[in-house]
Amino acid sequence: MTRTTAITGRSLGAVSAALGLPAVLAPDRVAKAIGLQGGTATALLRAVGAAELAAASGLLTAPRPWQLWARVAGHTLDLGLLGVALTGRGSHDRGRLAAVTGAIAAITATDIVAALAASGDGKVVEARSATTINKPAAEVYAAWRRFDDFPRFMAHMEEVAVTGADGRTSHWRAAGPAGTSVEWDATITDDRPGERIAWRSDDGAAVPNSGEVRFGPAPGGRGTEVHVTLRHELPGGEVGRAVARCFGEDPRQQLDDDLRRFKQIVETGEVVVSDGAPWGKRARHEFPQRPAQPMAATDTIAPSSAVGMEARA
Amino acid sequence: MKATCWTGRNSVEVLDVPEPRILNPRDCIVRVTSTAICGSDLHLLDGYIPSMQKGDVLGHEFMGEVVEVGGGVPAGKVKVGDRVVVPFPIACGACGACTSGLWSCCENSNPNAGIAEKLFGHPVSGIFGYSHLTGGYAGGQAEYVRVPFADVGPFKVPDH
Repeated sequence: MTRTTAITGRSLGAVSAALGLPAVLAPDRVAKAIGLQGGTATALLRAVGAAELAAASGLLTAPRPWQLWARVAGHTLDLGLLGVALTGRGSHDRGRLAAVTGAIAAITATDIVAALAASGDGKVVEARSATTINKPAAEVYAAWRRFDDFPRFMAHMEEVAVTGADGRTSHWRAAGPAGTSVEWDATITDDRPGERIAWRSDDGAAVPNSGEVRFGPAPGGRGTEVHVTLRHELPGGEVGRAVARCFGEDPRQQLDDDLRRFKQIVETGEVVVSDGAPWGKRARHEFPQRPAQPMAATDTIAPSSAVGMEARA
Repeated sequence: MKATCWTGRNSVEVLDVPEPRILNPRDCIVRVTSTAICGSDLHLLDGYIPSMQKGDVLGHEFMGEVVEVGGGVPAGKVKVGDRVVVPFPIACGACGACTSGLWSCCENSNPNAGIAEKLFGHPVSGIFGYSHLTGGYAGGQAEYVRVPFADVGPFKVPDH
């Protein structure tokens, strides 16, 4: 359970308590306020209030995904009851009831999003990609082994510093969403020159991740095939991932772009840029772009995490 | 500097644009002495090539004098004062395609490789002044051009 999900669970629990308490303690006044009339409605309202309080007690103490789904079920039932009241022959205030139905529908939608996010927590996302580099495996391995070079070709990677004397531990800092930074320590778990490097983030990393890169001969003497697998726990589960993809931040696409720029550095020594794309290969920013005109000295280069800028003369 | 820019279908204007500068160590800057219009430029004019943007500098057939060289260009290859003819495909010289002589399929020189590779089914090199599909490079119908990989493309005209 991530911290975000725990906070969401507790907040929704507080909302349930706020809804449930008045419904249990003073159901007739609540009924009048929302436009319901009659003894049956008041009794049902007390029962609904009790259910909300049960949900609240669970969520406020130890939020779990199933409780969020139970809230979805409960609120769907409430919507059903409100629907019956709206369309039935009772003398209810339909205007007020419609407003309350709308509010409960919005709350149900929030519940569904929260439940989805909580259910996907801890899910590991894997991204795989490969490229062929026209250089011997030893040279390609050496280029990847220089972890502190990663910010040159990896978008979002701000700094990587080798920390241990044996060169197997490192400290990483990457750009997160909305200008934030994520930092973690990692250890190399397998290091076979010219063949394979594997690493894993240390305990306590905010976003646990691991990865491996394998080097092999490309067919027809074309150099070296590089296969990369990256794994990380995605906060917010599937909903978080879907939102990230809408903003062009799919992990697989990022890895593709990073590998292209790695190939450029190993084969040519630089990250290729143009006037239209001064930030180099970025799938999300291939079109539209800057016009294909030289940049003025005062021109700011967007997107903000321009890659390979320090390679400029 | 003045440059011929695409401003829409059937619309080309001479505009005032910034002068280019060295962006990567293997770049050079060429002062254009002669530049040509190619039949392919008509496809751009007629609006048949997707991914053109208003303000794109045109021109992929040009020659001129080298006025600035980046720090990564080997001394013997190209130096300030050389007269050079610049080929329109931009080639890195080191990838599998370039080493096989398939310069226009260079795997590295097109920063917008994704869309082009999906469309054509193979890598497409960067090209001067020929839409963002081929990298969005400013072209040679201008006073100055930034030429990437100056040690690969530009052909030095022998002194007579």
